[in-house]
Amino acid sequence: MAKFICFMIIVILAPLLFEGGYIMNVLVFAGINTMLAIALNLLLGYAGQISLGHAGFFGIGAYLSGIMTTVFNLNPWFVISAASVATGLFAFLLGFPVLKLKGHYLAMATLGLGIIIYIIFNETIDYTGGPSGLSGIPQLSVGSFVFDSDIRNYYLVWGVTVVIMLLALNLSESRVGRALRAIHDSEIAARVVGINTRLLKVQIFAVSAMISSVAGSLYAHSVTFISPASFGFNFSVELLTMVVIGGLGSIYGSFLGALLLTLLPEFLRGANDYDIVIYGALLMLMLMFMPGGLARGIPELLNRFKNSLKGSGNA
Amino acid sequence: MQFDQLLQFFLSGVATGAIYALIGIGFSIIYNSTGIINFAQGEFVMLGGLLALSFTELLKLPLWAAIPCAIAVSTLVGALFERLAIRPLRRPTPINLVIITIGGSILIRGISMLIWGKDTHALPPFSGEEPVIIGGATVMPQHIWIVGITLLLISINKFYFFHTISGKAMRACAYNRRAAGLVGIDVRRMVLFSFIISSAFGSVAGIIVAPLTMTAYDVGVMLGLKGFCAAIIGGMSSGMATVAGGLLLGILESMGAGLISSGYKDAISFIILLLILFFRPQGLFGKSESERV
Amino acid sequence: MKAKKNYIIFLFAALLFSGEAFASQKIRIGALFAVTGPAAFLGEPERNTAQMVIDEINRNGGIRGQQFELVAYDTAGDATKAVNLATKLVKDDKVVAIIGPSTTGESMAVIPVAEREKIPLISCSAGIKITDPAKKWVFKTAQNDTLAVEKIYSQLKKQKQTKVSILTVSDGFGASGREQLKAQAAKFGITIVSDDTYGPKDTDMTSQLTRIRGVKPDALICWGTNPGPALVAKNARQLGIKTPIYMSHGVSSKKFIELAGDAAEGIRLPSGKVIVADQLPSNDPQKKSLLAFVKDYQKHYRAEGDHFGGHAWDAVMLIKGAVERGATTPEGIRDQLEQTRQFHGIGGTFTYSQQDHAGLGRDAFILVEIRNRDWVIIR
Repeated sequence: MAKFICFMIIVILAPLLFEGGYIMNVLVFAGINTMLAIALNLLLGYAGQISLGHAGFFGIGAYLSGIMTTVFNLNPWFVISAASVATGLFAFLLGFPVLKLKGHYLAMATLGLGIIIYIIFNETIDYTGGPSGLSGIPQLSVGSFVFDSDIRNYYLVWGVTVVIMLLALNLSESRVGRALRAIHDSEIAARVVGINTRLLKVQIFAVSAMISSVAGSLYAHSVTFISPASFGFNFSVELLTMVVIGGLGSIYGSFLGALLLTLLPEFLRGANDYDIVIYGALLMLMLMFMPGGLARGIPELLNRFKNSLKGSGNA
Repeated sequence: MQFDQLLQFFLSGVATGAIYALIGIGFSIIYNSTGIINFAQGEFVMLGGLLALSFTELLKLPLWAAIPCAIAVSTLVGALFERLAIRPLRRPTPINLVIITIGGSILIRGISMLIWGKDTHALPPFSGEEPVIIGGATVMPQHIWIVGITLLLISINKFYFFHTISGKAMRACAYNRRAAGLVGIDVRRMVLFSFIISSAFGSVAGIIVAPLTMTAYDVGVMLGLKGFCAAIIGGMSSGMATVAGGLLLGILESMGAGLISSGYKDAISFIILLLILFFRPQGLFGKSESERV
Repeated sequence: MKAKKNYIIFLFAALLFSGEAFASQKIRIGALFAVTGPAAFLGEPERNTAQMVIDEINRNGGIRGQQFELVAYDTAGDATKAVNLATKLVKDDKVVAIIGPSTTGESMAVIPVAEREKIPLISCSAGIKITDPAKKWVFKTAQNDTLAVEKIYSQLKKQKQTKVSILTVSDGFGASGREQLKAQAAKFGITIVSDDTYGPKDTDMTSQLTRIRGVKPDALICWGTNPGPALVAKNARQLGIKTPIYMSHGVSSKKFIELAGDAAEGIRLPSGKVIVADQLPSNDPQKKSLLAFVKDYQKHYRAEGDHFGGHAWDAVMLIKGAVERGATTPEGIRDQLEQTRQFHGIGGTFTYSQQDHAGLGRDAFILVEIRNRDWVIIR
């Protein structure tokens, strides 16, 4: 609980530090990425099921919002919820055959799924605008209050992120969360103690897709322009990196991972062409030396540091 | 639809499919001895092509000398990758292995971009650019090289796994790592071997396709994915099944582009891949508990 | 412990605001180019050129005593990054104008930022949607795809070739070209007999070309950027296709000839005049600018200046012109940009107006043919 209050204070107060600056804009994206990282973490960290196609669900949310509000002039808030339900349903149905697979096969199947979704965005030009993208998506508004500045979008996005975070935290502490972790450790054992592993995996897949879809809708409305390139394989890998760097199975870890990877380019800007190298190296080094991610790695390091201090004091 | 058109689609598909097969075999060799899907496999394809280019253009080596040098260097990279990234991994769960090889592939691609720049480069063909006419269709001499070299490498591969001690040892690792270790096989060395062989295969693929398709630092991603598809269709075998998988994928793609829709052709191959995974995860040709090498 | 925390926060804040503390009297121009990623072939020459021109202006004492400063960021061709960085240019770097982005997708994503923050944006991408309809704060220097299509179609019409096959790449550049090719066809009495696409990473286009060979068109138009069209040229040669091949201005650089080799012979394409600067008649109004650019680029980067770099050259020069006429604020620069008349740049001769923020006429393009691995102007 203390952690959550800390987190809330940071989220509410951060704008005071950065108000008006460009970092606010980056933080809006950090919020969207946090949502996505949490979504993927529910699947990967809790249920132990990999997905290399989550950018696809993110894209479905974004495109449904974009198309329904520009072409069919529907209410954006209605579309966000409808898109989320539709994406969830889609993932639910797809989940049955997909999640039957394990390990690398699952990675490949989700990857293929992501690519197929990407190709559909690219080719259905009449609706999505194809590779040139879809522009003119309206900004969200409540009455006459329009979310048209970074600070307003910041509170909107992070408001939703906090809600999703609470949901995820509750889920992980609940019976379902424990069941998921049982699947993660040993699916057979979980089945033996009476958990319907198959249904549970599919359900969590659907929930994860629903959250991704909401993130996509918010992305579409805050940027007001979308194109398929933002929803490709590379972004799926980036999401995976966020989750791994943050720490598998840690909701706060996802927050740290998303924040770090969203801000990283800001620090690497001077490095020009080297950022892709640093990115790859970071991913590998994290996995080799801090396999628990930041969420577990930082306390571990602190402990070790404390112990070594104590050790030298005794000597 | 005329016959010569169909023949052309077929031949183009076979030529592309042979490339996929060769890359796919690299995947299955590593998978079979270690259980790892090496997502960096495509990068060795890229390395092969670009290294061969550097050896011919910068060091002015003739093509026949540049090719072995390029293969040697990329094999070295493969060995280093195994020693520095895969072996030290503390928790080698499938997910961690997938992620670390993805990390490795990004790193190799990034470094290659710094070395070779972002431009596309062309390698000279092995033997001229006069098209060869078969029936009403045409292929390039390079296509014949590709099919020939793929077949040759697969035969060598087969011989190695069934008729040499270290090949047999590797198969033993694939069946049961613990048991292999108990009878005195150095399992870790076999893992290293498998990375060496597959990076060599990858770089050969990269070199022989570069004259046709050209090459750049980022060609590895798509070629790697297609090779992976071929391996999965073939049930991760390192023999003819993967070749058949590659050819099937190549022909489907080419027919899809020619007869149905060029925009959706990749979607068609991935949908088929999904269907195979859903209904026949052991591969199109495998028995359900089939041999893996 | 607490002091330490405060210290860290202070450091962090100092890092973020250090840029502003040293803000000088220089006129800051922002730039967003896709220096890495799939559109690097656009972004790299653009960034190089922009830097080169700005350095030159400063060496010559600046404009009205004021030095320019270029703040260039790499968008890697990613729309999200482009939006982020555009905001950064406006909010943190306090630039008076933004040059770029390199691709149409990124430009469309950045336009709302420019409109909202009231900063003039001079896009270096070709998509017609960028300035059609005209937006108050958005200009562009890259020639519209429409002009390139018209150039090809009028040539075909002249030669009474009416059946055309099109083969376009499935990315932003190809999609925009495909749309224009279809939209303009009727006006020139041309029918499109087959419409195919290929993926930007495809390695073999013989399937599409075989189908095209089957429909027997009078001409084949391929719309893409390297390396795809080079493969198309090679594959077409392999299949023995004798149909005349036209390509887009996306491949008007020596790189294409290098990649396609002999297969490039006889291919025709619309291009900015920069690649044939030395062949132009001496009364061509653009010739002076073109030769200066080509010579400069060769000197600084030991490479051939192409018309992508030219888009950035034009953009910097247009801003320079606006500043020369007395503008220093974003508002002033925007107004002065709109007043630009008969500016002879690299991409063509620019005349902006309230309704036209693209500014180029049909003379921006010439048609060239590749002969003996070099360009020859077709008149």
